[in-house]
Amino acid sequence: MANLLSIVTFLPALAALILALFLRGGDAAADRNAKWLAMIATTATFVISLFILFQFDPANTGFQMLEEGSWIMGLKYKMGVDGISVLFVMLTTFMMPLTILASWGVKTRVKEYMIAFLLLETLMLGVFMALDLVLFYLFFEAGLIPMFLIIGIWGGKERIYASFKFFLYTFLGSVLMLVAIVAMYADAGTLDIPTLLTHEFSTAGFSVLGIHIVGGLQTMLWLAFFASFAVKMPMWPVHTWLPDAHVQAPTAGSVVLAAILLKMGGYGFLRFSLPMFPVGSEVLAPLVFWMSAIAIVYTSLVALVQEDMKKLIAYSSVAHMGYVTLGIFSANQQGVDGAIFQMISHGFVSGALFLCVGVIYDRMHTREIDAYGGLVNRMPAYALIFMFFTMANVGLPGTSGFIGEFLTMMGIFQVNTWVAAVAATGVILSAGYALWLYRRVVFGDLIKESLKTIQDMNTRERWTFAPLVVMTLWLGVYPAAALDIIGPSVEALVNHYDTAVAAADLGGSTVAEANH
Amino acid sequence: MISADLNTILPEILLSVYAMLALIGAVYTGKDKLAPALVWLTAAVMAILALWIGSAGGGTNPAFHGMFVDDAFSRFAKVVILIAAACVLVMGLGFMQKTKMLKFEYPVLVALSTVGMMVMVSAGDLMTLYMGLELMSLALYVVASLRRDSEMSTEAGLKYFVLGALSSGMLLYGASLTYGFAGTTLFSGIINAASEGHLSIGLLIGLVLMISGFSFKVSAVPFHMWTPDVYQGAPTPVTAFFATAPKVAAMALFARVMHDAFGGAVADWSQVVALIAVLSMFLGSIAAIGQTNIKRLMAYSSIAHMGYALIGLAAGTEAGVQAMLIYMVIYVTMNVGTFAFIMSMSKDGQPVTDIRALGMYSKREPARALAMLVLLFSLAGVPPLLGFFAKLGVWQAAIAQDMVWLVVASAIASAIGAFYYLRIVFYMYFGEDREDALDAGGSPILWGFLAVSALIMVVGVVNLFGIEGAAAAAAATLVN
Repeated sequence: MANLLSIVTFLPALAALILALFLRGGDAAADRNAKWLAMIATTATFVISLFILFQFDPANTGFQMLEEGSWIMGLKYKMGVDGISVLFVMLTTFMMPLTILASWGVKTRVKEYMIAFLLLETLMLGVFMALDLVLFYLFFEAGLIPMFLIIGIWGGKERIYASFKFFLYTFLGSVLMLVAIVAMYADAGTLDIPTLLTHEFSTAGFSVLGIHIVGGLQTMLWLAFFASFAVKMPMWPVHTWLPDAHVQAPTAGSVVLAAILLKMGGYGFLRFSLPMFPVGSEVLAPLVFWMSAIAIVYTSLVALVQEDMKKLIAYSSVAHMGYVTLGIFSANQQGVDGAIFQMISHGFVSGALFLCVGVIYDRMHTREIDAYGGLVNRMPAYALIFMFFTMANVGLPGTSGFIGEFLTMMGIFQVNTWVAAVAATGVILSAGYALWLYRRVVFGDLIKESLKTIQDMNTRERWTFAPLVVMTLWLGVYPAAALDIIGPSVEALVNHYDTAVAAADLGGSTVAEANH
Repeated sequence: MISADLNTILPEILLSVYAMLALIGAVYTGKDKLAPALVWLTAAVMAILALWIGSAGGGTNPAFHGMFVDDAFSRFAKVVILIAAACVLVMGLGFMQKTKMLKFEYPVLVALSTVGMMVMVSAGDLMTLYMGLELMSLALYVVASLRRDSEMSTEAGLKYFVLGALSSGMLLYGASLTYGFAGTTLFSGIINAASEGHLSIGLLIGLVLMISGFSFKVSAVPFHMWTPDVYQGAPTPVTAFFATAPKVAAMALFARVMHDAFGGAVADWSQVVALIAVLSMFLGSIAAIGQTNIKRLMAYSSIAHMGYALIGLAAGTEAGVQAMLIYMVIYVTMNVGTFAFIMSMSKDGQPVTDIRALGMYSKREPARALAMLVLLFSLAGVPPLLGFFAKLGVWQAAIAQDMVWLVVASAIASAIGAFYYLRIVFYMYFGEDREDALDAGGSPILWGFLAVSALIMVVGVVNLFGIEGAAAAAAATLVN
């Protein structure tokens, strides 16, 4: 299949179109058909995407399965995957059927709900496969529209505030990126990502308003991209939209947000910031390190005092993304490997945790931690699953969470011991808030009147979790399954980075200070 | 010689003869009873003319010693103008009938102002320019106050007339200075006088005064004051007309004078245009935030959009003009759809313009709400809709000329502007059900325009329906 990537990308959109055009009526039968069509479409997308994995050759560090065609305004339609992006593609196609399954209980405007999720899948897949800057930007930005609607229409009480905050935060961030994209086009004369990866942007320092900018153009471009990806990631201190969005989004929306949308920021750092602006990255890496370290400790502490389960998990997501940014900008094999691994693992684990919250929210319609307690008495299966993913979140050896945290810590330790030491306290804090949450919700006596009749998970819910358990365990026991695919591409990336930084001779900063 | 000249301006002659025949015919026969038929007939005549001009042979044909130029640029603009005018006429018919203000003069006046626009975009001389501009404007002043018994409408017409007369005065003064210092009114002569790179002071003042006049017509800051009042006061179909065809004509004329007459002094006007562009974008984006009347909101939106389009002109290159033309086409398409929606907003048969009345519109009318959602996101410039590509095009042109600050400023303005478009989405999708909710349903014609325009925003991404090539050819004949 020559157009494999395009087929995978646009299959969900096609299903959305069919839903929009041909599904009539608002009765129960129409709702059921909408759900089944979405389920079949996402499953088919996953099955077809397996061929991408089978065809993928890890030893080849370039882009594979390329598709290219000319487009309007001198732009190109170009798609491809490499070792860095292929697993994100798989993560997306893997998670989507599960989110559809998790939304089986949606009652209002089912058709529109499914259309929004199917479109979102197309846009997310496009982000990971696009090899033209503007095409990338297009998918990256367009994802805002369905997510804005998902939060705003199917969200909780404060959904309007949350959806506007989500949209405006991310839109502002990415507008700066767009300006940088246009500037890159002016400098390099192309928007082709593979070509840009080998283009050397100027690193000669210059002054803006009397401030000397080390690394010159690269630093400026890096900052513009950073504005967008840091919001998306999200990094402290621009993370505040995430807890709001998570709390208000419906369960499936939270799952997609945590499992896939957050990964776009990390993917952006790996695809653009690190290889295209190596000098900019090197100059500003300390900033990222300390922002990440603060994020890990600060958001872990904030998570400790949360009373809303979703908010707690949202803050824990921010902390875990802190490890990812640490890993990426440590710019060595272990760090970058670990960052990618951590993102994949976090996709499974945090997705599963939000599903866990969804299970009891569907029954009790509250996310207050205080409203629960002693669930183990009536919901043993749920208690087991929740326990498993709590442990994975903490980073228990044997689960995928451990590998990611360990590798990123190893990467950052080689670069900056102090940051590593601060970040390590986050591991302890995460055990604190995660276990305490578990203790308050699941253990203890079942004294709440309202919980006396609560039912354990049904078959559909069990099936939603089964694949996630398998993946978390499998990657935890045999991480090579993922690392073998990532490894060669990351090695090439790290080598490219080291060469570029060595060539740029950052002694320039001291020279500049001497001149002043 | 004369017959060849007349041949060149045949479309304009036909349309004006048609308008006059229609006027006389209607006066002596059925008067307002004929109006609906006249609207359809006028739209049909315009559509046929558009088809004819669009398929006519290429090449540049100057007529009357260069006073009138028929080239790829003017043909492109004329086709857009005629189609836009025809669409708006058909679209507004139902609304005008329902509110009982359909007069037979309406289609006739629209046809006459369209003749003016066609003359404008073909102008090769300051005289032709002024004739076309005034023909367009005088007809527009009248249609703005079409609803004679409404205070708002007459106020709109009067305001538009007084301020329009002022801008015409400035334009004329600028033209006379230009004539005085260049010794000719022909663009081809002016460009010789203005090609040294350093304009004489008289020419410079003439140029700036003329830019002021054009800015008024495209409603760019600081000559935008009339726009919100006129948009709000005029009957909605007339507002829709104001927002589409005249804007294209004025923008095309602006580009023609800048490039054909002052093409040798790009550096002198490009900074001025860039400044106007920045001011328009910011004022349009910020002032619209507080509006609750959708027509006023669209007025500010059009001010901002003119700012973006002017970026293309400010670049001063062929690519810039091409990007500007594409921008205008996309802008007009979006506005036709949006105004189709505004005209369908009604409560108990009365038109409504308050956006708060849209509360939970999506629940009652999911298809219309979705189409409007697409248009609003496109107006905001969110990818992957066409509105984004319109902006991208002008940005590419500006960056190629190292006008990075202009691009950064417009990026910031577009982020601010996104807010008020989102607010309409907010009312439609997340708002609360209200007692005074809008009527469901509406005319199928309006729904058709809305749906097609929204569809174009999505499907056009594939290849822009090939207008890129036409716009490139048009830009190539203008910039040389």
